[in-house]
Amino acid sequence: MQTPFLAARNLRCVRGTQQLFENISLELNAGQWLYLQGENGAGKTSLLRILAGLALPAEGEVLWQNAPIAQQRSQYHQDLLYIGHHAGLKEDLTLTENLQALCRMDGVRSTDAAIRDALTRMGLAKRQHLPVRVLSAGQKRRGLLARTLLRPAKLWIMDEPFNALDVHAIADVQNLLKAHLTEGGMVVLTSHQTPDLGQDAPGFILNLSGAR
Amino acid sequence: MPLMAAYIAALQRDLLLVMRRKTEVLTALFFFVIVTTLLPLGIGPEPDLLRKIAPGAMWIAALLATLLGLQRLFAADHADGTLEQMVLSPEPLSVIVAGKITAHWLVCGLPLVFLAPVIGLQFDLSSDAIGILMLTLLVGTPLLSLIGAIGAALTLGARGSALLVSLLVLPLYIPTLIFGAGAVESYIAGLGATGHLSLLGALLILAAAFAPWATTAALRISLE
Repeated sequence: MQTPFLAARNLRCVRGTQQLFENISLELNAGQWLYLQGENGAGKTSLLRILAGLALPAEGEVLWQNAPIAQQRSQYHQDLLYIGHHAGLKEDLTLTENLQALCRMDGVRSTDAAIRDALTRMGLAKRQHLPVRVLSAGQKRRGLLARTLLRPAKLWIMDEPFNALDVHAIADVQNLLKAHLTEGGMVVLTSHQTPDLGQDAPGFILNLSGAR
Repeated sequence: MPLMAAYIAALQRDLLLVMRRKTEVLTALFFFVIVTTLLPLGIGPEPDLLRKIAPGAMWIAALLATLLGLQRLFAADHADGTLEQMVLSPEPLSVIVAGKITAHWLVCGLPLVFLAPVIGLQFDLSSDAIGILMLTLLVGTPLLSLIGAIGAALTLGARGSALLVSLLVLPLYIPTLIFGAGAVESYIAGLGATGHLSLLGALLILAAAFAPWATTAALRISLE
């Protein structure tokens, strides 16, 4: 039995006076994905933020390759790509400038050609030099998801990646996720529509609604 | 060096953002010019009195002008989620934060140094005294940006953060104000400015070493 890449032990999350969930444990191995379900306010985003290391759990710990993530922040963040529910892009910059800044602050070398290719694959070739504020919500989302093509990371944590996307874009993103899983990557995501990532990749469903 | 690359990336990004939205920066600079221009007009044409209040008045204006730009330092990035991405960067957050603080100084602090000679003339300062004033502003304004960043990070996401930043940061600005204005005053009085300038320099070194780390810790707390 190999040790899981990502593991969480007995997570408990409290927001204000209300307990969102407790005793959440999970394990994720290469090529596996986890789909978080739950009604609004069940704590899906809170759990994702705890897994990403943005928030601390009230109890429990998150382990990456058998060591707590707080002890190896730089290494963990190297392997992690987090797509939050925010736009995550500066409205005044173009998509290209946004992606350039994000890559360079992540310490990832990215050429202009690589960024152009990534945006073309997300169907944004004609929009790459427009300021983000004139783009539609779906185009912004696709622009942010272009990061997945630019930055190698083992674990993708995504908060509602399909939000505001049309049918074609959803299929594109699902293909991206499938390819990532085939290469031995891992995905943790929330979504209001059930993702279809094929039969090959083992997926787990965690429903937070009953955990309260 | 990858650390340097992340620092420069954050610096360039913030400067580019400023170039796209110039009005926000100009507000702080205009504030500085307006306050320091209205003061001599309001007080009246007495060169002796004006010379006496010049260092203090200009330093107070510089301090408040820096404060104006502070609220935007992290708040905008917090609102659109880009701050989260910086926190999750494999590069140390303190390096990225240092880049952002440098950008704030280049935009809100450095221009004041170059405005000082023009404003100084309105207060009938001698050219030597203006030189010392520029020197104190050159050493003092980065100090204001560094200290202010801690306050901006601590009040991130809090309601009424604009007021909170002022309350938190203004007391910490007092040593800078005293040594900055004091350097010019003691030079005019013929005592020499070396002592004050050395203390100001020592404060700057101390802040440059610790402020980015303190800001980083404050950001992590605020983001939770």
